Amino acid sequence: MTPDTVDQIFVISKHWLLGYVPAMLQPLASAVLSVVPVLLAFPLLFAITTVLERKGLGRIQNRYGPNRVGPAGFFQFAADGIKSLTKEDVVPRDADQVVHFLAPLLLVIAAFLAYAVLPIGRNMVVANLDAGLLYFFAVGSMVELAVFMAGWSSHSKYSLLGAMRAVAQMISYEVPLVLASIVVVMASGSLSTVAIVEAQAGYTATLPHWYVFTPWGFAGFILFMIAATAESNRSPFDLPEGESEIIAGYYIEYSGFKFALFFLGEYLGMFATSALAITLFLGGWAAPFSFMTWIPSYVWFFVKLLALIVFFIWIRGTLPRLRMDQLMGMAWKFMLPMTLLNLFTAAVWHFLPNPLLRWPVCTALVVVPFVVLSRSMKQGKTLQVRTYRYAE
Amino acid sequence: MTLIFLILAAITIVGTAAAMSFRNPIHCILGLTVGLVGLAMLFLHLGAQFVGFTQIIVYVGAVAILAVFAIMMTQGGRRLTETATKPQITPSLLVGGTVAGAVFAVLGWAMLGRPSTAIHSVQPVVSVNQIGQLLMHNYVLPLEIMAVLLTAALIGAVILAMPQERGKR
Amino acid sequence: MLGVGILKGLTETARNFVGSYFRKDRLTTIQFPEERAPRIEASRNFPFLVYDGPDAMAGLRCVSCFICEKECPPKCIIIDKSTDKKPDATGKLQFYPAEFKIDVSVCMSCQICVEVCPFDAIKMDTDFELSTQNRFDDLLWPKLRLAKSNEYYHEIHPTEAAAVDADLAAARAKAAPKPAAPVAPVAAAAAPEKGTTA
Ligand code: SF4
Ligand code: SF4
Repeated sequence: MTPDTVDQIFVISKHWLLGYVPAMLQPLASAVLSVVPVLLAFPLLFAITTVLERKGLGRIQNRYGPNRVGPAGFFQFAADGIKSLTKEDVVPRDADQVVHFLAPLLLVIAAFLAYAVLPIGRNMVVANLDAGLLYFFAVGSMVELAVFMAGWSSHSKYSLLGAMRAVAQMISYEVPLVLASIVVVMASGSLSTVAIVEAQAGYTATLPHWYVFTPWGFAGFILFMIAATAESNRSPFDLPEGESEIIAGYYIEYSGFKFALFFLGEYLGMFATSALAITLFLGGWAAPFSFMTWIPSYVWFFVKLLALIVFFIWIRGTLPRLRMDQLMGMAWKFMLPMTLLNLFTAAVWHFLPNPLLRWPVCTALVVVPFVVLSRSMKQGKTLQVRTYRYAE
Repeated sequence: MTLIFLILAAITIVGTAAAMSFRNPIHCILGLTVGLVGLAMLFLHLGAQFVGFTQIIVYVGAVAILAVFAIMMTQGGRRLTETATKPQITPSLLVGGTVAGAVFAVLGWAMLGRPSTAIHSVQPVVSVNQIGQLLMHNYVLPLEIMAVLLTAALIGAVILAMPQERGKR
Repeated sequence: MLGVGILKGLTETARNFVGSYFRKDRLTTIQFPEERAPRIEASRNFPFLVYDGPDAMAGLRCVSCFICEKECPPKCIIIDKSTDKKPDATGKLQFYPAEFKIDVSVCMSCQICVEVCPFDAIKMDTDFELSTQNRFDDLLWPKLRLAKSNEYYHEIHPTEAAAVDADLAAARAKAAPKPAAPVAPVAAAAAPEKGTTA
């Protein structure tokens, strides 16, 4: 088998399988054959991630993490899954039964729908839409509705507070998220995720043409990742869950399998935004060096995805939770100006073809506003070492 | 009249009908959302991807959430336990009926006045690229006017939300 | 500048992460069922009844005076007083508890029963593995299960037990001139003897 066959093995086997299907059913069968692997692969990744996350967080805090089920605790997810499946499903008496039931379903469905436009490998995308990026954000906005439904239908003040926080946060950070990804649309001239990946194909010497290796792309990537962390309600932006103040936020009244669905939906959302970051800035399924192209494209995709997940875990183990005003201030006073300026930088990059000129100019356009903004955000706040009277 | 169209139309109609008939305002908004999503699906079915997805982003992602927030801020999504009132001829019913009648009259006139071949014409394939080109070339003035209008609205909102320190002084 | 602190934090956690794989002293967790931390002398969990001598039922120090039952805040002690008297470990005739039960699920480990007992008959245990499968039968402990020897008491609270033994010996020595005279030296001699055999 040539590397090319290995790379396309899923595509080839799909066509081979389709050959056995009567012509009338072929569109349906093709859709099923594209969707089912996604439905299997990403929940499996979710399972692995929960174990990795718990072990990673444990090690960050000098603990062992789960180490009982299976070798080195690796099958902990199976135990967790069985546990959540067999738990009693409690619905509060005052809850809005129908909405309460629909909310987790909508969340998971919305999270799964997002994967339709993410290219997992060369020629491996469920639907190559002309407005793929738009589709992604449209589906993402349904998550907010699901979160709100969950919080409101529980008729509990904690869940309502959590939902309000979550929705406010998601709306605020959706603006920088979209604005940060628009620079890529400007550069590649397309909203289609497949076209965006193709626009980053090719190598100079051995280095790839990923957008992250440009000043505006790098800034865009960082801003996108910050906004993505906030969008997926992960630490340090996990105020909607805030265990110490509102217990678990909008899904406090959920138990058993529905709780597991929320968990799944949240992680699927995180994977989807990470995968979008890979598609937009990290060259999608492309290999990082030209001499490594023999490794199949889907392997690269998942390697990059895992790297981003590890980074998410690392961040979660490092940063404390923000306060609500810090969160909003960050979104509107830092992220929004930076992303808007980044649009300008990308345009300057486009109209300055001379590399000797555009590199310093664009770098300055990214670094100077960053320094100025971060200075101004710190103004009026004298950071000092806190002294504790009783501790110590 | 394909099957898909019928299903989508049914979703839209059921959603909007639910939005009008529920007692609980939050349920009404959720019903309305279903109707809007159905409408977006209809756009997608017609091949208008940009309009369809924008419909979802704007209406589901922003307008529905905004309406929900507005309701929760004002009355907290309380369950209304009012008794079913007899249908009366109120001024609001009269106005609503007149407007609905006018809209349906215009729609019916527009549809009946058209040659029936128009329905079976080939769908134009509009890419996002073309929409962008049009917006930036032919319709750049309306776009700019919209942008100014929205900016004005934004500034107005900021002024409303600002703490009223000047009045205190 | 914004972000420097974040980078510093990230290096710190990375150092923890990598370090925990190379330096065993970073991982302070004790893997419980296989390894155990040494028992802490000052800890307490649940009361037990002390007995002297080899026979648990004969040697119970409890004389069924009901003080602890009355004082227990959640009322989890249930005592049936005996109708007859029988000699305790020192040979003195005493009432004894026909039944002495404590409800493990109700006890809040407050140690009040221990403080009020005039006979040093009830003491706090450090055992904490009390989970059971049966909600009703296994949590109401009868006196047979509550009785633990004085040696065991010495084992878990050595300092306290020594002080208690000294007190008891002193009290019995003081009582020696009275009619129970021949008994006291026996008791005093018995206690250390048991201590050495344990
Ligand atoms: S344990 Fe002590 S206080 Fe309680 S009944 Fe027995 S002798 Fe009295
Ligand atoms: S420790 Fe407190 S609660 Fe427990 S039996 Fe003794 S007095 Fe009662």
